[in-house]
Amino acid sequence: MSSSATLMLEAQGIQIWRGEHLIIDDVSVSVPASSIVQIQGSNGSGKTTLLRALVGLAEIDEGQLFWQGEPMTRVRDEFYASLLYLGHKPGITAGLTPYENLMALCPEIVANQTVEKETRKWVLAVLTQLGIGDRIDLPSVALSAGQQRRVALARLTLQQATLWVLDEPLTSLDAEGQRWVKQQIQQHVATGGSVVFTTHQPIEFDDETVITLSLAQPS
Amino acid sequence: MTSKKKEGPVNTGEFPSKQTVEFARGQRHDASAGHLCLRFFQRDLRLAVRSTGQWLNPLLFFVIVVSLFPLGIGPGPATLATIAPGVLWVSALLAMMLSLDSIFAHDYRDGTLEQMVVSGNPVSVMVIGKVMAHWVTSGLPLVLLSPLLGLMMQLPSAAYLTLVVSLLLGTLSLSFIGAIGAALTVSINQGGVLLSLLVLPLTVPVLIFGSSAVSAVASGLEASAHLSLLAAIATLSASLAPIAIAGAIRIGVAASR
Repeated sequence: MSSSATLMLEAQGIQIWRGEHLIIDDVSVSVPASSIVQIQGSNGSGKTTLLRALVGLAEIDEGQLFWQGEPMTRVRDEFYASLLYLGHKPGITAGLTPYENLMALCPEIVANQTVEKETRKWVLAVLTQLGIGDRIDLPSVALSAGQQRRVALARLTLQQATLWVLDEPLTSLDAEGQRWVKQQIQQHVATGGSVVFTTHQPIEFDDETVITLSLAQPS
Repeated sequence: MTSKKKEGPVNTGEFPSKQTVEFARGQRHDASAGHLCLRFFQRDLRLAVRSTGQWLNPLLFFVIVVSLFPLGIGPGPATLATIAPGVLWVSALLAMMLSLDSIFAHDYRDGTLEQMVVSGNPVSVMVIGKVMAHWVTSGLPLVLLSPLLGLMMQLPSAAYLTLVVSLLLGTLSLSFIGAIGAALTVSINQGGVLLSLLVLPLTVPVLIFGSSAVSAVASGLEASAHLSLLAAIATLSASLAPIAIAGAIRIGVAASR
């Protein structure tokens, strides 16, 4: 708590019950600026639940959340304005094309028709980088799971957010895709951002500050 | 419009120019409420156009149910004319119920609702766009087709205008009221039955005022009182329901895992 000025997200003594079951027992997480928090744990250890609780998508029974030192309930709007959350469900609608999906998911990246052309170019460039540039106008239902994942991951570069909360970002990605994600995380941290993610395949980082949190199944 | 420096990124697939990035970055959360609402309206309209069943199902249901009545009851013009307002209105109500499930179910399953909540934009505003799109694709076709079915039901010609106006106001209310139920039952598997149980009682006033407006005009009376009440219900539900829907979506999303 000494350097509370550089703390982005902080969770203290989080406890979550689901009915009779204790899912998360007294977990505290601190996410300083320019850092990576890697949450590990076996299946059912509550990784996803913890992430959802951090972004306000799951109710917390005990404990408190802080965003930049302020109680979350007071600064929720500021928090959401700085947050990029990629959940277990990628948020990709089958009936829309990757481009339309990204436009719907990031309403702030294009505000009017005059920049529409520029935005499209930009989205195309990012999707090309991800190897799915030729799918930009295909319905997303025609994409494989990994490709849909890539569309969602395109938001990492399309959206401006200080804090990334990623649930299993490497799921259904090939080696090249995993490398791309790692590179994005490194770039993000280098520019002062923070990343919280869950994973079964730990990513090796070189010189970034990595905090590893291992969740155990509460007894 | 495209300058040379912008060509690079597209051709090579590299990251786009810094100007483009800076330009777009400055716009985070600049989207106005109207723009946000319109964006979701267009999105849902686009989705509805692409899946024919979504807008065709309620319409077909409406046509089939209404056209079964002359067959079942007999084509006597006097009998049909008496029951016409009620039959048209009940069928429209049930057709609307049929389409409610689809407002949020897909968005819940693919994670769009989650993203709406964590986007930090007001959920109630986005929801207005979605509900209006639902009304345009499910309610409006019924309204437009109703005079034709009125003809089949031997509805007196004086009542056509009232039928259209009352259905216009009524289906709009039904979309908004029904969306509350759809949002509340979104996290429940097979919530369809519960949805009908929840929503049908709330729609009874709409049905009563709607069908009695048409009946009144058909029997030569004034219907402005009924229509005013319908308009009041539509205004109330369109202005207050989004708040309830947004709350219900937050609860539904928190209940998922």
